[in-house]
Amino acid sequence: MTALVGQFALLLAIVFASTQAALPFLPIRRTDPALSGYVDSAALAQFTFVAIAFACLTYAFVTSDFSLAVVAANSHTAKPLLYKISGVWGNHEGSMLLWVLILSLFGASVAIFGQDIPDRLRARALSVHAMIGVAFLVFIVATSNPFETLPNPPENGAGLNPILQDPGLAIHPPFLYLGYVGFSMAFSFSVAALLEGRVDASWARWVRPWVLAAWCFLTIGIALGSAWAYYTLGWGGWWFWDPVENASLMPWLSGTALLHSALVVERRNALASWTILLGILTFSLSLVGTFLVRSGVLTSVHAFAEDPARGAYILLMVTCSTGGALLLYAARASKLQPGPAFGAVSRESGLILNNVLLTTALFTVLLGTFYPLAIDLIGGDKISVGRPYYARTFIPVVTPLLLFMAVGPMLKWKRDALRTAIARLNKAAVVAGLVCALVLMLSFGREFIAAFFLAVAAWVVVSSLLALAQRVRLGSAPLETSLRLLATTPRAYYGLVLAHAGVGLLVAGVAGMSTWATERVGVLRVGQSFELSGYTLMLKAIDEVQGPNYQAERAKFEVSRKGRLVTRLQSERRFYPVREQQTTAAGIHTNFISNLYVAIGEPDDAGGWAVRFYYHPFMPWVWIGALVMAFGGLASLSDRRLRVGAMQRAQRISIAVAGE
Amino acid sequence: MCLALTFAALPSARAVNPDEMLSDTALEARARVLSGELRCLVCRNQSIDDSNADLARDLRLLVRNRLRAGDSDQEVKSFIVARYGNFVLLKPPLQWNTALLWTGPLLFFLLAAFGAFRLVSSRAAAGPAQSPPPLSADEQSQLEKLLGEKASQ
Repeated sequence: MTALVGQFALLLAIVFASTQAALPFLPIRRTDPALSGYVDSAALAQFTFVAIAFACLTYAFVTSDFSLAVVAANSHTAKPLLYKISGVWGNHEGSMLLWVLILSLFGASVAIFGQDIPDRLRARALSVHAMIGVAFLVFIVATSNPFETLPNPPENGAGLNPILQDPGLAIHPPFLYLGYVGFSMAFSFSVAALLEGRVDASWARWVRPWVLAAWCFLTIGIALGSAWAYYTLGWGGWWFWDPVENASLMPWLSGTALLHSALVVERRNALASWTILLGILTFSLSLVGTFLVRSGVLTSVHAFAEDPARGAYILLMVTCSTGGALLLYAARASKLQPGPAFGAVSRESGLILNNVLLTTALFTVLLGTFYPLAIDLIGGDKISVGRPYYARTFIPVVTPLLLFMAVGPMLKWKRDALRTAIARLNKAAVVAGLVCALVLMLSFGREFIAAFFLAVAAWVVVSSLLALAQRVRLGSAPLETSLRLLATTPRAYYGLVLAHAGVGLLVAGVAGMSTWATERVGVLRVGQSFELSGYTLMLKAIDEVQGPNYQAERAKFEVSRKGRLVTRLQSERRFYPVREQQTTAAGIHTNFISNLYVAIGEPDDAGGWAVRFYYHPFMPWVWIGALVMAFGGLASLSDRRLRVGAMQRAQRISIAVAGE
Repeated sequence: MCLALTFAALPSARAVNPDEMLSDTALEARARVLSGELRCLVCRNQSIDDSNADLARDLRLLVRNRLRAGDSDQEVKSFIVARYGNFVLLKPPLQWNTALLWTGPLLFFLLAAFGAFRLVSSRAAAGPAQSPPPLSADEQSQLEKLLGEKASQ
């Protein structure tokens, strides 16, 4: 019954999405308000029916309805409720359904909150959006139907991969998809603008909130994924340059470039053509990411869904949508106006440099991800591209970007002088110099790489605060004036300050972590201890515990420093009988500057246990930095000027007032 | 299929185990660095130092055996590459078929920088920012009407 309703809802969603896609292109009166009215309603209907299908699948998982093949293969009655729910997207079929749910959610949001967007543009954008929707819905029904039933339902399910049974991973995919899929709005609006043959400041203003929202979600999603790897894998790895991670990093880099170039379109009506191209590219990279993860073309831990037929379909979809959009771009881009003039040294030029460096960083990751595939395909060789490659290519590209991201916000629009812009940064340079000297002094001149990158981090953080201080004329005007200016500074500006400062924190985290992390691996019996970086780790006890769907050995530790207790930590070695798999749950203590990390390993024959103990200084800053960045994005999103529908409401009010 | 099974067994205890470690700390330190540059063949982009797959353990022991036998770091790498191919190196070697991989980022940067330079110089040559065209009579009257409305509120 559940399967039937879900299946039917999916088919109805296809019907609505198809009409939503086709109608604005039919040779009918395109200016008819009824047309855009229908497209809006179709977008809502499409979302409603996909949501019903999703609810059906969730219901099937929660009630352990093993007549559905996907539930039987991925769930188990003994699983905690949270993982029954997250199990919905812990498999290929369900995660594709979540993909489409979020896609149609964005479409419906535009239909509801985008009423200030001109009808024609909105109808066109929603139509393009629905084409993607149809492609994915057909993909689901044809190759990955979650509502496939089993003639003889098993007594119990096969359970969910224990690595995925984790609260962090329960919310990681939804955030990631909200980011990935959210960029579809940039794609749809870009294609719609090409069809209209018109891109101007207001177009950028309508698109930017959607890009910004997607970017925030993607930032949080990537951070969650990395945090999950950190505490699940049992040794503190948090970024592997794995193709699947790269798949989420590429749209992030491209989306970041898009946010900045759209700013130029919005403020100065320039860079329109390039921004459109980035809009197409960013979502194409999301599609490529989906292809990488879903096709199993790359072998990786994330590739828990591997099926070549599906891969071929997604590849076709990527080719058609990207190819089609690029063809349209080639045909129409010349019609877009080049925009007003600006000086060689100006905010505009600064943002162009930002885009040059971000796209180069993006290209580097793209090359590293696909080169091994390409070389394998032409039968040349099998090679691996790992951390050492990116350390030599990605970092040299990102370093000038970091140095320059302090200068950019100091530049004025239209025309500026480099000398005065840099002069505005002398305080940041002083702080960076001090940080550099301090690190060199404390490490007796050894850690010059860490000193350099911590100085860069300080440079980025201090300069973004300086930008705010100068905007409110702190020090040059009476404090009263500064406070008043602080209150009237648009939130988008706070967004800039926060997001840039977040990048600085993240850089400091990475630099500190890769320089000063220490580890000790040893065998401990109960009551024994060893030392690491001044901390003493003692194994207090080993207990057998029974979890909801696993058995575990729980090791209890005490960490002390100079005889004083710092913290008590627990680490578990869990065994999941349903899948006969073993996982490690690490014990982590954080004071937001450094982490202490302990993981229990295998027992030996003599009553000892392998114990891994790590000291991870600055590690928390990586995620704090990412969260601050996302928070900056949200602050910017809440800005009056971008608030969706704000203009519309203001208009309505003024009309109402005028009518009285 | 065989790969899939290896992944399924992935995360329990990780990385180098106490029983594998060499008592000579200098040698062990070299072994750790080398292990960080060699790929666990059956895992995702993980080094053998990070992986707990059986094969990674075998490779870790192999590295340590070669080091104990007196091999230099380069000799150890060559020995393992001879057995498993370039796939085992996380840092791909620079050779004719990886030339583009190593030079690509720089080439792309030069291309992008050239494009940006042309764009900026064309915009800078377009003269000082022009003022927008004056309002037409129609727009002017519309503006006055709007301003008048506002003033009367």
